[in-house]
Amino acid sequence: MPKIKMPRSSPSLDMTPMVDLAFLLVTFFILTSSFRAPEPVQVITPSSTSDKLMPENAVLITISDSGKVFFNINGSDVRIKVLEKMSQKYKIDFTKKEYEEFSGMASIGVGMKNLKKFINTEPAKREKFKSTGIPMDSLNNQLRDWIQAGWIEGMTKYKELKDQAKESGKTVQVEPLRFAIKADGKANYIVVKEVIKTFTDLRIFRFNLLTNFEQSKDE
Amino acid sequence: MAELNPGSGGSHKKDGKIRAKKHNTKVDMTPMVDLAFLLLTFFVLTSTFSKPKTMEITFPVPPEDDVVIEPMKVNGYTFILTKDDRVFWYNGEFKAEPKNGMPATVLNEVKFGEDLNKLLLDKNDMVAKEIKDLKKKRISKEINDSVYKELAIKAQSNKEAPFFVIKADDKAVYRNLIDIIDEFNICNIGKYAVTDIIAGEMALLKQATE
Repeated sequence: MPKIKMPRSSPSLDMTPMVDLAFLLVTFFILTSSFRAPEPVQVITPSSTSDKLMPENAVLITISDSGKVFFNINGSDVRIKVLEKMSQKYKIDFTKKEYEEFSGMASIGVGMKNLKKFINTEPAKREKFKSTGIPMDSLNNQLRDWIQAGWIEGMTKYKELKDQAKESGKTVQVEPLRFAIKADGKANYIVVKEVIKTFTDLRIFRFNLLTNFEQSKDE
Repeated sequence: MAELNPGSGGSHKKDGKIRAKKHNTKVDMTPMVDLAFLLLTFFVLTSTFSKPKTMEITFPVPPEDDVVIEPMKVNGYTFILTKDDRVFWYNGEFKAEPKNGMPATVLNEVKFGEDLNKLLLDKNDMVAKEIKDLKKKRISKEINDSVYKELAIKAQSNKEAPFFVIKADDKAVYRNLIDIIDEFNICNIGKYAVTDIIAGEMALLKQATE
């Protein structure tokens, strides 16, 4: 019986296309990803069918399930200016290093008295730092001051960017400052109402409520 | 490579030429590929593409002190959220006692989900029909998307369209609020507002829940 000879083929194959693709993907992911600073609380937002995207330029108020309130604003230069405003108002001085540290942080949920201590805590240990939420009772409404400072600085930045876009003649879309509320589904309505009242007292009436996207049943 | 060629040494000397050693042009790419895939896996696993979604809502401007607040009309509906995900609703103006031959307000309960959806579609019948027609027209390419959007907003903000008010007592949770607003959006209700609960409603609610 004649033996059937298998055609000999080299066991090593050309990996170049695969490697090309792998590097392309790696480059893509590296360029598109931006790292987020860890949030002090885990918030599970309720789901809705709304598919509007979260605005890029926004003052974000987070409300945890136990009713603690946190403040956050995007952009490191804006954050520094906001802290400057707050430091003037509450007569607490911060060092340059503290400003820098603050600019890279996520939401903050401590009163002005503890803010210095919170900033100086190591990032890894911040999770264990007991966030009491920003005080917002009528006598000591620090949340109001944070929002006001964020509003002024955010708007200034927006105007600057807009002017720049106008000067350069490019049609760059500059997003105006928005106000977003990210509350846990289990948070008591009273707290949300209180936060909204703080906003409406400042004559801010338009909000974005953060939700999880869920497909509508009838579509 | 590992072959021995005894003759080569002699021939080298013979013609006196120095030949450059032939190097293998292939480089072992395995470690590089390993690294590339490692990074790839890392970025794929850690990145989240979807930005969080939001719901836009405008709260009513608080009325000036000297403005008289108009009572709710016949086509106005008030929904009150309370503990344990319960919803109550009533129609028209709030009346603690019978007035002008009209009976006092009675709270009706409705369940989240299909019941609420049916109720809202029923009350918002006029607008819902109009939007349905518009949707059909869009699918049959009679009108384009931007025209559809414009007309849909017009239909929703129609003067004759019913008006909905959301109130909540202090035991309701935030999720209820989102759920009901979401249901409004699904039912194409454009005219709604979130306001504060009044004492009379609180009293009725207490009766209803106990």
